[in-house]
Amino acid sequence: MAGFWRRQGPGVNQPAIYLDHAATTPLDPAVFDTMRPFLADRFGNPSSIHAWGRECRRAVDAARDQVAAALNAASSAEIIFTSGGSEADNLALKGLAWAPGREERRNRIVVSHIEHHAVLDTATFLAEHGFDVVLSPVDGTGLVDLERLSELVTDRTLVVSVMHGNNEVGTLQEIPAVAEIAHRVGALAHTDAVQTVGQAPVDAAALGCDLLALSAHKFYGPKGAGCLYVRRGVRLAPLVHGGGQERERRAGTEHVAGIVGLARALELALARREADAIYLTTLRDRLIAGVEAQIPLARLNGHRTRRLPNNANFAFPGLTGESLLMNLDLAGIAASSGSACTSGSLEASHVLLAMGLSRDLAYSSLRLSLGRENTPDEIDRTVAVLAEIVGRLTKPGLVRPGVVGEEGRQ
Amino acid sequence: MNGNKGEKKKGRVVVAMSGGVDSAVAAALLVEAGYDCIGITMQLWASDLPAGNRGESGCCSLTAVEDARRVATRLGIPYYVVNFAERFEAEVIDSFVAEYLAGRTPNPCIVCNEQIKFGILWQKAADLAADYVATGHYAQVGYDSGRGRYVVQRGVDPQKDQSYTFHGLTQEQLAHVLTPVGAYQKTEIRQIAHDLGLGVAAKPDSQEICFVADNDYARFVQEYAPESRRPGPIFDLEGKRIGEHKGIAFYTVGQRKGLGVTGPAPRYVVSIDAARNALIVGPSEAVQGMRLIAHRVNWVAISDLAGPRPVTAKIRYNIAPQAAVVEPLPDGRVLTRFEAPQRAITPGQSVVWYEGDLLLGGGRIEREESGPREPANPAEASAAGLAGGGLGEAVAVRG
Repeated sequence: MAGFWRRQGPGVNQPAIYLDHAATTPLDPAVFDTMRPFLADRFGNPSSIHAWGRECRRAVDAARDQVAAALNAASSAEIIFTSGGSEADNLALKGLAWAPGREERRNRIVVSHIEHHAVLDTATFLAEHGFDVVLSPVDGTGLVDLERLSELVTDRTLVVSVMHGNNEVGTLQEIPAVAEIAHRVGALAHTDAVQTVGQAPVDAAALGCDLLALSAHKFYGPKGAGCLYVRRGVRLAPLVHGGGQERERRAGTEHVAGIVGLARALELALARREADAIYLTTLRDRLIAGVEAQIPLARLNGHRTRRLPNNANFAFPGLTGESLLMNLDLAGIAASSGSACTSGSLEASHVLLAMGLSRDLAYSSLRLSLGRENTPDEIDRTVAVLAEIVGRLTKPGLVRPGVVGEEGRQ
Repeated sequence: MNGNKGEKKKGRVVVAMSGGVDSAVAAALLVEAGYDCIGITMQLWASDLPAGNRGESGCCSLTAVEDARRVATRLGIPYYVVNFAERFEAEVIDSFVAEYLAGRTPNPCIVCNEQIKFGILWQKAADLAADYVATGHYAQVGYDSGRGRYVVQRGVDPQKDQSYTFHGLTQEQLAHVLTPVGAYQKTEIRQIAHDLGLGVAAKPDSQEICFVADNDYARFVQEYAPESRRPGPIFDLEGKRIGEHKGIAFYTVGQRKGLGVTGPAPRYVVSIDAARNALIVGPSEAVQGMRLIAHRVNWVAISDLAGPRPVTAKIRYNIAPQAAVVEPLPDGRVLTRFEAPQRAITPGQSVVWYEGDLLLGGGRIEREESGPREPANPAEASAAGLAGGGLGEAVAVRG
């Protein structure tokens, strides 16, 4: 039987096109090369006292130094390796909530309305456990309303969490301003930078945040590896207790290959960031221009300029993102939307709803997120295919395709 | 489009995959036959449906999705899950409950076929540039060039024939329906599933209505529509009040259990009088009828009924076809006169008329009709001179 995943597109000599980099990115072969020894002969447990262990301990230490340097952290001790961005976000909020010595009165947690579920659901969980969780609104482009934020952040606030770049519509927040609002009242600032690493400058010092989460598989690194940056002096309770790894903040034998891969991917991403950002911005703008020209009914969601270089998100009034996604998939093009289709549970994107889109418009939205390996040709073909699909779905008095004639079927 | 090998395909089909063996083999047969297949499972109910309904192995639960997905992977076809819960509730569940509240007994699978599987799922399929929707129904659908119409025939396996549920489909719908398993026996289908390693070969057939996993319709209706608990009188055939019922929604014609009436002989529901919120009960012989009137009639193999015609008819899904004569009435209704008495003619159920294996058409049973008690004579009916029918007589509802 044929394999399920087709990299070959529907036509002859027509490779499929991957435009879902916000979901995940392909592993950079250079990163894989760096990882491979640690999946082969360098298999030691970093906590062991013998040579096998020491070798891997050295590798993890080196990776930690690399990441600290890349993020402009003050020290490597500020880096905690995790299984990914979700764990890092969970550790940040729950770690602060349950930290020994947390001021009793600081029980408010302020999160933006458009955070990733790893932050929102964690906050909801903490609300069920006695914390005062408030959502900070955004405007129609997804920008956090800083004035409103200032009102919500009081001296009873423990932490403010605003993501650096939004995964659905790409809106880039003014994190230094957010951090300042938090620090003014003695609160901490956390930012989920999972989407921005490799695209925008991610400098912990410059951003001013106290905690920052990132995830390797969003910047051409492996899945299952992420990290939480925690400014020295910030105390966290661990989520995972056990062997005391990560300075007692995150137990569990280190995923050495993943950590090494994360560090290498981060190093490469930083080196290429400016060039990538320019290239992706050009491609993205080509995509946006193409869609606006060929599909007049489409509307861009999000901010025009304060936007991740690789992100394009459109609403197609009258259609559903689901239909578009399925049709694109059948045409060999990968995209996504804010609603989860795989389990059949269709919820409109909370991000789009928070930005003020109607439910219908939210359901009608499609996200295309580009990557380094995409080409202008792929962009043009995607626009053409999308235009064809939209045209077919919006034809008035639609005669269903393939209407069987008098002859009937074979 | 969409061929792995780039070869020209016979057309694109959306296969409705329930996770069961029939739709799995339907997909396999169509792939084998050269169709460009897409597997889709429909999520049909919201998670807040009254508990005990989402049978874990029943249609469209998460287990079902996983089973269907695995089959699709095995066959190498794309697979999606679509959520039709809102429409399913509005079209199927709402009408299911409303019928019971009105004292009728619904068959929701009929509505589901007409509105959902060959309704909105077909629309979705067309949006994906598909030419057909396929299901695992045991029925045979095809084009009869002699008649110039799309026709439905009984599946070759008489134990599994599901053509009854297709009686309401229009020509426009049937033109885009494929039902490959209808040409096989159930045992053959299981064997094919086994041979292809589809993993669902041993899965038991679902026996219940898909959204009432424990088969307790009364409980479902009660939870869905609390107003259904409206006690009222039970009358005997003479009109004497002999007891109280819990709500007409919980009873069906021919029912014996749960009446709470004592007496020398068992009593059965003879009819349900929604206007008076009453049940009329009587002895077993009273639950028999020779004639019924159908409304909401749809013709499949013929375009219309010109005059009386001998047929065989099923007044419910689980019954063998019975000799009868159908006759058009004004305003599109159809009279069916049976050769032998039929047990429990139930308003709300469908009556489906066949000519041999060919499905002529069907409709909803509006009411049983008491007329002359002689059985219908097919020979007379064929002679054009049959007059009278049910028109000139008093049409009295039993009881």
